[in-house]
Amino acid sequence: MNDEWKDMYKKPQEHEEQHTGPLLFYTELVIDHFTNPRNVGDLENPDGEIIVGDPSCGDQMKVGIKVCDDRIVDIKFKSYGCPGAIATSSMMTELVKGKTIEEALELTDDDVVIALGGIPERKKHCSLMGVTGLRGAIEDCCRKGARKPGKKHEKSVS
Amino acid sequence: MRRVYLDHNATTPLDPRVLEAMQPYLIECFGNASSMHYYGRQAKQALEKARALAAKVIGAQPDEVIFTSGGTESDNTALRGIAYQKRSGHIIASSIEHHAVLRTCNALAGDGFTVTFLPVDSRGVVDPDELKKSIRRDTILISVMRANNETGVIEPIPEIGLIAREHGIPFHCDAVQAMGKIPVDVDSLHADLLSLSAHKIYGPKGIGALFVKKGMTLSPLITGGHHEKGLRAGTENVPAIVGFARALEIAVDELDIYRTRVLHLRNMLESKLLMGMEGVALHSAGTERLPHTSCMGFASVEAESILLHLDLKGIAASSGSACTTGEPEPSHVLTAMGVSPEIAQGTIRFSLGRQNTEEEIEYTGEVLKAAVNQLRAISFPWQAAGKRISITG
Repeated sequence: MNDEWKDMYKKPQEHEEQHTGPLLFYTELVIDHFTNPRNVGDLENPDGEIIVGDPSCGDQMKVGIKVCDDRIVDIKFKSYGCPGAIATSSMMTELVKGKTIEEALELTDDDVVIALGGIPERKKHCSLMGVTGLRGAIEDCCRKGARKPGKKHEKSVS
Repeated sequence: MRRVYLDHNATTPLDPRVLEAMQPYLIECFGNASSMHYYGRQAKQALEKARALAAKVIGAQPDEVIFTSGGTESDNTALRGIAYQKRSGHIIASSIEHHAVLRTCNALAGDGFTVTFLPVDSRGVVDPDELKKSIRRDTILISVMRANNETGVIEPIPEIGLIAREHGIPFHCDAVQAMGKIPVDVDSLHADLLSLSAHKIYGPKGIGALFVKKGMTLSPLITGGHHEKGLRAGTENVPAIVGFARALEIAVDELDIYRTRVLHLRNMLESKLLMGMEGVALHSAGTERLPHTSCMGFASVEAESILLHLDLKGIAASSGSACTTGEPEPSHVLTAMGVSPEIAQGTIRFSLGRQNTEEEIEYTGEVLKAAVNQLRAISFPWQAAGKRISITG
């Protein structure tokens, strides 16, 4: 009989800490935005504000923006949802803060996901809320007349 | 990292005493229980000893126990076994059954059987009168679980079983979660069929049992050799079966110690959270529950976000809902209980076990409070509700 086999049966199992990646395999950046979301809060007298999502479906978000010279000078959000929804909302605000309305309207869900280093495939739909909220807030801003709708704007807002 | 395991309804670690019982049958006594030679006889002897032990634990006769690959197979064997035997008819099950029963019922409905799902009250309890009203002349099977895996609610099985027996209808009881936590006796439950699983009671995964009362006729799901009285073909998994029997024996021997211990810890956890926080609902409160399960809903926070915070701090729990498909999927159990979607979406299940300590519970309470508060600080619905969320149920 092969002696190696005998040893194999007796070899103690090593208990290295493997598979300790975070729940649902989010990237470190997602975890960072989830545990420490940026631009959280409420804006006083926002130029545009909207509430999107439905709490009975597990997500809801409020986004407010301040616009000056066609530029998003401030953005704040509050989110209720899964880690993916919170992290993408947070990343969205970072990506558009200081950007012009035109630039902000060009932001897509994919841009947010790429900026976060990816999110699990099955959570992709959660990233929709941030960009939907952003567009809604810009639309509200235009409705209130703080900004005249531009060409690109009309095209992008659904 | 510090790790706290509070998900024993998902699975449990193997008891070292169970491993010890199994070990000889993995390497030395490896025979096929169907073989006639020495090795086979050795395995057969272990198999039948385990069967007798498992039967004794639930108040059955040895030839009334068949071993399966687990709770899901036991449930399927019971339901499909009766249904395929009868070929047509009406099946009654509670609306809070495990998916192993629920989806099997749905599949049978697709095969031409009719199925009635019994409603539950806001605590998750089946009303035996509802069952009486649902019984039809062509009812071929009634299936109600002993205790629910999500909320831990204990169903009035002796009553339900008795109704079934009085009507001459086979009664199946899924006792997978109840076993080892409360007494399970097939006679007093009036069960004709009863499902068990090993890995929920510190036994190995991949092994379960189905109690089949003498005189019941089932069609087998898996055909082949003459194993398990022809009800379940396939070489018996002797080491797992031996481990299962040992796990059952330990669970029953230590039931009182276990109950006292986990109940104390669960009460600690619940009072810590219910007293110390706003907007917390304890599901199935005000009725009998398994001693180790606590299912709590936190208003205006989403369950997966809580779970991630807990996981980052080394605490393992679970949620009944999953934001996985793009469609919100609140737990069917909470939905049947009429829990509002807002609370259901924020519901976490803690299921305690033998090795948990007071210190772990203290730690969990602190981490959970901090997580919920942190999530509520950024939660728009929590702000909108003016922090005055009314909790019902």
